[in-house]
Formats: sequence, C-alpha cells, structure tokens
Amino acid sequence: MITCLGETVAPRVPRATVRLLERLGCEVTVPPSQACCGQMHVNSGYLDEAVPVVRNFTDAFAGADHVVAPSGSCVGSVRHQHRLVAARSGDPALAKAVDEVAPRVWELSEFLVDVLGVTDVGAAFPHRVTYHPTCHSLRLVGVGDRPRRLLEAVRGLELVDLAGADECCGFGGTFALKNFGVSTAMGLDKVAAVSASGAEVLTAGDASCLLHMWGLLSRQNSPVRVMHLAEILAGEGTP
Amino acid sequence: MKPGFPEAAASALADAQLRANLGRVTTAIRSKRAGAVAEVDQWDELVAAGRTIKDRVLADLPTWLETLEMSLVRNGATVHWAEDAEAANRVVVEVVRSKGADEVVKVKSMTTQEIGLNEALARSGIAAWETDLAELIIQLSDDEPSHILVPAIHRNRAEIRDIFLARMHEAGRPAPPDLTDSPAQLAEAARLHLREKFLRAEVAVSGANFAVADTGSLVVVESEGNGRMCLTLPQTLISVVGIEKVVPRWGDLSVFFRTLARSSTAERMNPYTSTWSGVHPGDGPQEVHVILLDNGRSDVLADPVARPTLRCIRCSACLNVCPVYERTGGHAYRSVYPGPIGAILTPQIRAHPGDDTLPFASTLCGACQEVCPVDIPIPDILVHLRTRVVDHRRHGGPDPERMLFGFMGWMLADRRRLAAGRRMLSAGSRVWGRKGRVRRLPPPLSAWTNSRDLPVAEQPFRRWLEERADGS
Repeated sequence: MITCLGETVAPRVPRATVRLLERLGCEVTVPPSQACCGQMHVNSGYLDEAVPVVRNFTDAFAGADHVVAPSGSCVGSVRHQHRLVAARSGDPALAKAVDEVAPRVWELSEFLVDVLGVTDVGAAFPHRVTYHPTCHSLRLVGVGDRPRRLLEAVRGLELVDLAGADECCGFGGTFALKNFGVSTAMGLDKVAAVSASGAEVLTAGDASCLLHMWGLLSRQNSPVRVMHLAEILAGEGTP
Repeated sequence: MKPGFPEAAASALADAQLRANLGRVTTAIRSKRAGAVAEVDQWDELVAAGRTIKDRVLADLPTWLETLEMSLVRNGATVHWAEDAEAANRVVVEVVRSKGADEVVKVKSMTTQEIGLNEALARSGIAAWETDLAELIIQLSDDEPSHILVPAIHRNRAEIRDIFLARMHEAGRPAPPDLTDSPAQLAEAARLHLREKFLRAEVAVSGANFAVADTGSLVVVESEGNGRMCLTLPQTLISVVGIEKVVPRWGDLSVFFRTLARSSTAERMNPYTSTWSGVHPGDGPQEVHVILLDNGRSDVLADPVARPTLRCIRCSACLNVCPVYERTGGHAYRSVYPGPIGAILTPQIRAHPGDDTLPFASTLCGACQEVCPVDIPIPDILVHLRTRVVDHRRHGGPDPERMLFGFMGWMLADRRRLAAGRRMLSAGSRVWGRKGRVRRLPPPLSAWTNSRDLPVAEQPFRRWLEERADGS
C-alpha cells in the first residue's frame, strides 16, 4: 500500500518499504489502481464521500495475500472504519469485500515481526535515533514494542528515549487545520522533547505525524532529521 | 467571542499563566493516576466489570429506574421526575420555598451545574452556597468551572488568596486580612467561612455519584467532608440525579469505589463516601427529595453508537490525560463538561451555537479511552458525532467544506485523478518552495504554513517504480 501521502508528499516511504520487503524475500506487487484508504473523510464526518474511496481500496487489493502499509493510521482506518463506510453505503457487496480485505492488511512492523517473524532486518544505521510511537499505531492498531525491537536490532543504531513519547504530536488530520493553534502548541512541545532527547534522527511509523513534526522542526531550522521507520530499516539515507 | 472551540481555544493558548497552571497540574495527576492504577493487579477486569454493570443498566433503563423509585419511596424519600433542566429547577425552588428557606448549602454536583440550578435559585431569591473548596473559589470569583473534579484547576494559590481577600466578605465571614497563600491558611479561611453556613442552612442540595436500585440508596463521593456536612446537618435534602446514575445492586458499588478514586484523584480509597437511604427518624435529614433528571439523556440512550457516553462516572481521567485539554483548559469547551467526555456529552444534551465544533476538538489520539474506567469508546463516538454534524449540514444550502470533501473524495477514489492532484501539488510546491521547503501558502492552507513548513515534492513513487522496472 503506497498510501495517499506516499503518493504525494512522502514518496521515500513506499520506496523504502518496497526495498525492505524485497530484501527480506517478499514478492512485492504494487496494485496500480490503489489510491487512498479514506481515513481523512471518515474522521472528518464525510461518510458518503468516503464510499467511493473505500470501494476503490477494496477493488485494488482484492486477492492479495497480505497488504502491507507503512502507516498505523491507515491500517487502523481499514480495520475499524471501513465497515462503517460499507454499512453507510447500504451495499452488501462492499461490506463483504471489506470483510475479506481488512483482516489481511498489516502495519509494517506487525508484518515484519508477526508474519515474517523477523526483528533483525539486516539494516545498519550508525546514528542516534529517537522513536515517536504514533497514536493510532499505539492505541488503535496496538503495535506495542515491535517498532522498538526492530530499531534495537539495527546495527550501530543508538535508540534514545523521548520524554512524553506516547503523547500525541498534534497532527490529527484536519485537526491540524481546523484547530491549528492547539495543534501547533502540541507539536511544539513534541519537537522540544525531540530536540532535548539529543537524537540526530526522529522516526515513527506514520508519514502524516512525521510530516507535522518535520514541518515544525524545519521551521526552527533544526538539525534533527526526520525519517520513517521503513527508511531506517531499509538501510536507506544518512543524515 | 466567536461561537466555537477553535476561537475559544485561541485565547486560552495565549494565556501563559493558564498554560503553566494546567500543564503542571495535569502532568502531576496523570503520573499519579498511572501509579495508582498500576498497583491493581486486575485493573482491566475491574474496568470490564464497570462497563458491564453500566451497559446492563442502560439496556433496560426504565425497569431499573422504576425499581429505584420503588426502593426510594419505601425508604421514605419523595421522588420527582424531571424531563429537562427547567422542570428540575422548578421542583428545587418549590421544595425550598415550602420550607420557608431563602438559602441552600450545596454539595459539589455536576448535574446541578448542567441545569444551571444556582442561577435559577438566584432568580427566585434563594442563595445557593457552594461548599466544595474549589467550587467556592469559582463562585466567589464569578468564574466558570474548568474541570469536572478540580473546577479551579486554572487558578494557582496566589490567585486563590487574592479571590478570598477580595470577595469572601460579600458572601459571609471574611477572610483574615493577613491571609497568605499557604494551603493550610487558605483551607482554614474556607473552613471558617463555610462552617457558619453549614450550621445555619435548613436545606441542602446535592447530586449523586450512584443511585442503588435494590436498596434505594444514594451515594456521594467527595474529598473534603463538606459533602458529609451538607448531607447530615440540614433537615431537608434535595438530590438531583441523572437517570444514568442508577446501578442495580449495592454490591455493584464495590467495582466503582475501586476504579473511581484511583482514576480521578489517584487515591487508593476515597476519603469521604456518604450513602443514605431515605429518611431515618432522628438521624440526618428528615425530608429527602430525589429528582431524577433526563435532560437529553434519553436521546443519548436511543443512539446505540453514542449510548456508552452514559457509562461515564465523572472521574475526569480523560481530561487529565487529554493533550488538547492540557493546552486549552476547560473554559474553551464552554460547558460544565469539558475535555474529551465534554466533547461527546455536551453536543448530545444541548445545542448551543458552537457546540457543533466540540466533536472536532480532538486529534482522535485515543488517550482518553485508554484511561477510561468504564471503557467509553470516546474516539469512535467523536467520529460518530462528526458524521452527525456533517449530515445535519447536508440539509442546508451549499457548503464550501462539503464541496471540498466531495472533490477530494472524487480525487482519492481513482489513481489517475490522484496522479493529477499530485502533479498540481508538485508544481505548486516548486513554485512556492525555497530550498526544499514551502514556508508560506495562501489561505486556507496558511493554517498549516503559519507554523509549519511543507516539503517540496520529490520524484514520485510510481515513476521510481517504473524506472526501476525499465532498468532491470
């Protein structure tokens, strides 16, 4: 799954995901008709408008053994919200398609640890890294310590603690626009904790939260680099 | 002030003192709660038990309410049913007048704040004295509560000292002129001020944390003992109780007594737990009135998705853990119920202008549900209520936001249209971008770029994929 952010503002994330999975021996296909999971629409209250988005999603991924997404929030949306959208559509075929696809959708760290059974993916990254467990990965999907275990197995990587790690970064989708003042206040506290951690690199499992924190760090001309978990595990990029 | 959460939040964000007070207190209480909960081996089972008890009641609420009424009447209490705030306030005024009283002492009660009882009493010439320390601070300063459990959380000790010195004499015994901001002195000033009211008042008004159907008992859980004074000294007691407060059996309380204290004050055991079952000759109030209040709760009950809202036991753990509440405080929610629970409860039980912004006052981070002692799926209910807001607007005229989401949905449902959108975005980012980042965009996207950069587009993923396929 490329994710709509991977298509638009964060192409390195799906790129790294493909490289990583191929290195681990997976046969990766990228269904060309995919576009978006519809999370933004559902979370903003636009269920009718989400119906064609979800329909396109289930059509695109029908028949895949496993669908892997480098995003906890997209996976959370597929598992928890697609059924709502299908119910709204009143289309039993869509409901059936959702029930077929959703259980085969995995967040990246889940797929690596639970399905492939690896924690050492063979990556090297000799840098000080801090990890922000994004809210939907943590609470909606329940990835637990999988990302930390994956990072700890990376050669040369020094994982440093992030104060208040499990607090939200303030992104929240359209919240970042509708409540930009609160969103920014939350984000500034988050990036202050990132800077105080002494890390060279901030990582997380969601391109959306990373985009928010990158935006704030970039505005501060911070030297902290922002990389998706997949980029580090793929052994790509150096700060 | 404009009618909405974002605008109210903006002024709160600008108040450095408020943010400092809130940040300090919520951080402290958050870690204390986590410690108190971690001591309990079977916390998750207790939460599940509380949820089950509440759901059992909500599944058959009329029956349990009738059982409660029968038990209360058997115990000598008088039961009144109030459909809304006005009806409940009317009953209180009538009872107070029938006793020839012109004042009441009050136990801290969210329900009586919800219905604006103090204001209704004032209009009828009856003084209502808040006796909880924090509620006293709020009342003396003509302020509004900003937290369910700690209504004066936005005030620090120095501010409280100033309020006592400036205002206490207007309401009764004045504060000593040499009052400092030491907690012991502040508490002593309040104690002396309140004592004359406890000893004088003939009528008390309370809410109830729980109403036990089988024994006809009401329960008030508090920390200061002021509630115990109100519940035992005056000869007439009026309790305003939301209909969702009923629990089936006396034994059910054991679950909530264990989860409520640890969730709200991080205490192992609540300091003052008062229970009373009707009238006992020569002991406590000799006239007990119970007003069972609906005020929109039946509508919540009728909605299966939103129904778990009524499980709430008002512990306020969700406020303390909420990153939005921590930054804005309670006043931004402009309801006696602030924070995550307020964001779902307020828009369901009233419809003031701007209340439709409340379900959007959340990042859906889920920290609230994680700490909820009755496992209310607050994020799911927020999304449900957002859908309700949007659906309600569908009946109105053309709406720019809906048109935008309609367009975005159309674009995000097809890869070619998404590719076209990506090309536009990437062209725009090259026009606006400098050194790999976009620093300023016109409205409405300025809501992002006022504080945050955007990256300039890189090589699209699909092109990389194609080039790689060509190369291999």
